[in-house]
Amino acid sequence: MQVTLKIKRFNPDKDKEPWWGEYRIDAEPTDRLLDALNHVKWYLDGTLTYRRSCAHGVCGSDAMQINGRNQLACKVLLNSLGNNITIEPMRGYRVIKDLLVDMDAFLAKYRSVKPYLITHGPEPEKERLQSPEDREKFDDTTKCILCGACTSGCPSFWADGEYIGPAAIVNAHRFLFDSRDEGGEERMEILNTLEGVWRCRTIFNCVEACPRDINVTRAIGEVKKALLYRKV
Amino acid sequence: MNGAGKPRPESGLELYAWIFMRVSGLALLFLALGHLLIMHLIHNVDNIDFQFVAARYATPFWRTYDLLMLWFAMIHGVNGLRIVLVDYINARGWRVLSLASLFVVGFVLLTLGSLAILTFQAPAMR
Repeated sequence: MQVTLKIKRFNPDKDKEPWWGEYRIDAEPTDRLLDALNHVKWYLDGTLTYRRSCAHGVCGSDAMQINGRNQLACKVLLNSLGNNITIEPMRGYRVIKDLLVDMDAFLAKYRSVKPYLITHGPEPEKERLQSPEDREKFDDTTKCILCGACTSGCPSFWADGEYIGPAAIVNAHRFLFDSRDEGGEERMEILNTLEGVWRCRTIFNCVEACPRDINVTRAIGEVKKALLYRKV
Repeated sequence: MNGAGKPRPESGLELYAWIFMRVSGLALLFLALGHLLIMHLIHNVDNIDFQFVAARYATPFWRTYDLLMLWFAMIHGVNGLRIVLVDYINARGWRVLSLASLFVVGFVLLTLGSLAILTFQAPAMR
């Protein structure tokens, strides 16, 4: 199949404004979009810049706007995109070059919710046990790969870059609802602010964007509920 | 909120605002629909006059009903607008100005409405 990739290009050293590069290539319908991007980079224009690592939908490196929606280039097949494909960097993050965006602020917000096990008291001699029911409570939010698609798709984040964003809340949820974790109070303090969960307007863009099918808005709702029942 | 971020003093205001929106929204569903039913469907607006209001306000029940509706609707609406302003106005000066104007207008309307409901006296009662 013949596909035309329309890619938003920007090199801050050379370009004043972003511009559209068009590349026509031959590809199999079952090729992934990442294969098409690799083809452009390897055979047509080596200056095209994007992030990719595992190329199998696990590392979360190659999230980008594909036909207007945040998706992983390695997880979407060409036959689901049509013959004219528009590719842009994710919104809301600073563009470093072409499809490569600056994730530093995003990851700083992720770190701010203390996404690791916090416990007090002496360590147990064996592993910390947990019932399957307790494990189930945060199963959905363990799936996050930090690709940034949800936060970049969030209109609240577009309006206010200080918003902690759905990805950070998802990762806070993963530990808040873990029966082994004791850092709930600390995390709730961080989330119970205007720039925390209360900036969420339940727009559901994050749910649509998530390549791991995490029900992000539901997780944020559960955090709001947890804040409510602790305080009221 | 970059990294450790600056300390933000929060008193849980956003939490209470959130729960208030849900509670008042639910209450308004019944209050406003009841109001619509009584004032527009059962009684025609053309027939509603001073006498009608006076008869209604002779008992504390309808005053309480209207007062609840007024407070819930005003604060629900003002808080909704506050959220929109906070979402989209990022320049500090404009944000303070718009929020201050909103709160002043809301306060004046709430006061006038409450005064009308609480101090209304039917001629017969004088």
